[in-house]
Amino acid sequence: MATIWVVAELDADGSLARISAEAATLGRSLAQAGGLDLAGIVVAADPVAAAEDLAAFVPRVVAVNEPATRGAAWASIAAERAAALIGPDPENVVLIGAGPDGRDVAGALSAMTGLGLLVNATGVSWTDGGPMVEMSVFGGKLITTSSFTAKGGIITIRPNSVAVEPAGARGSIVAAAPQEPLTLPRVAVVEQVAEAGAAAPIEEARIIVSGGRGVGSAAGFDLVASLASRLGGVVGATRAAVDAGWIPYAQQIGQTGKIVKPQLYLALGVSGAIQHKVGMQTAETIIAINRDPDAPIAEFADLLVVGDLFDVVPVLLTALDARAG
Amino acid sequence: MHIVVMTKPVPDPAAAAERLDADQRLDRAASPAVVNGNDEYALEAALKLIEAFGGEITLLTMAPAAGAETMRKALAMGATRGLLISEPALAGSDVPTTAIVLATALGGLTYDLVLAGVDTSDGGGGVVPAAIAARLRLPYLGNAAKIEPDPPNGRVTVRRITPIGYDVLEAPMPALIVCTQALGEPRYPSLKGIMAARSKELVTRTLESLGADVAGAGGAHTTTRVLGTRRPPSRGATTVVRGSAEEGATAIVELLAARRII
Repeated sequence: MATIWVVAELDADGSLARISAEAATLGRSLAQAGGLDLAGIVVAADPVAAAEDLAAFVPRVVAVNEPATRGAAWASIAAERAAALIGPDPENVVLIGAGPDGRDVAGALSAMTGLGLLVNATGVSWTDGGPMVEMSVFGGKLITTSSFTAKGGIITIRPNSVAVEPAGARGSIVAAAPQEPLTLPRVAVVEQVAEAGAAAPIEEARIIVSGGRGVGSAAGFDLVASLASRLGGVVGATRAAVDAGWIPYAQQIGQTGKIVKPQLYLALGVSGAIQHKVGMQTAETIIAINRDPDAPIAEFADLLVVGDLFDVVPVLLTALDARAG
Repeated sequence: MHIVVMTKPVPDPAAAAERLDADQRLDRAASPAVVNGNDEYALEAALKLIEAFGGEITLLTMAPAAGAETMRKALAMGATRGLLISEPALAGSDVPTTAIVLATALGGLTYDLVLAGVDTSDGGGGVVPAAIAARLRLPYLGNAAKIEPDPPNGRVTVRRITPIGYDVLEAPMPALIVCTQALGEPRYPSLKGIMAARSKELVTRTLESLGADVAGAGGAHTTTRVLGTRRPPSRGATTVVRGSAEEGATAIVELLAARRII
């Protein structure tokens, strides 16, 4: 019988990435609707912690103990081990996060299983015996609904598309230690560098405070960071701010950066050019502070405060403190 | 060094005229085509590498015949030659077919590195390069911010962007590397480059001439299908607050509270 598989991603500390909890929650609703089995796969040198996390969401977790992932790029190893578990049934459905690691796994997995791929899903339902996948395309101008011709396939899920919800009962964990030699070439990870000020993946953030050209300098981003920190969010940026060297590329939102869907997007000195808009327009609430009332962001923000961000933000910080007071 | 850069003609995002045709496929006639933005970073990285190490750049594209025009723009930036895989049956191809066709085309080329952009502005999946690397059993190095080949030792080192910083990856060549904007701004073609591009080798080949085993592939045999489309819900009107910083801050706090964000 066909199975819905969730291929888990891990955070740096070995716990389950939130995107995978979201994918697992989605998998459960699809399995219920379609009457299919549901299982999770964790591939890691030490898969126990993430497997325990994942068992809160799905009835069965295969914890693949794979020492090769130590000191080597994870995605192709995970894809190969997952492909062996998933097998060739064209009705299998595979759910993976749409972040950089998830994309790498999904591509390799498609090549190894022959399964088709629908990418960047913002919603998935079960219709006519298979998954029906919604995707936002053309810079958010259109939402398409697609299906697999063979019923099954691989779906990558945009973060923040599903509200995480554990199952009523914990699932079982099956340990696996495959001995088959890996056939995809291994890529060595010779060094891992953490940069100051870097945060959780920006795609997964619930609250993003982003700065654009109007922030004016790297020092100006201190104020952006203060507001982000006060709201429990992370810092984002436009391409102009990244190109100016004020903030690392990993924080860039937009066409050549990250696509995000947070609960709150607070844009400081961001004009809202189309290249930036395509990365953030599906945010639930968009608030902008901008000196220019005619900036493009005025057309799609929920609230535009016309003013200098360096005047408004300090007052806003005080007001938030007073409220929390 | 021999570098293959995979480039894709995409509808110009700046024109914002993308639409689907009657078959629910991207209507490529509706918009002016440009080289995919993220592919330009890959090409720029390749140009810098051959400036440093010597060598040649081959562009590899799968696209309708008109894709040749777009490839000329990439040739004008400095690539050596272009190979276009084009055939009407490939219209509407899915990820597996695209990966098979491009992997087969790579099989007929000699290279030390294959570079690709991190995703395309039309499909947006960013999954085809990983599928190609898996098919060809090439080392796959994603999300690159820096590329340092070591040709005498046949190895390459890549800085891969991670959520908290970066990883330093190392692999033997040939390898496939996915390139990000962090590699540097693409150059504009010079007038000399544009003139030279007119006479550069640009070959169009069909699947049959590649010897691609893609029976049952192509748009007619796709694994995915668009069933319908709808417009996203409208965001509603924008509230504009002009006034003092205090008034602005108050409006923000009130909205955050009303939506239970604070």
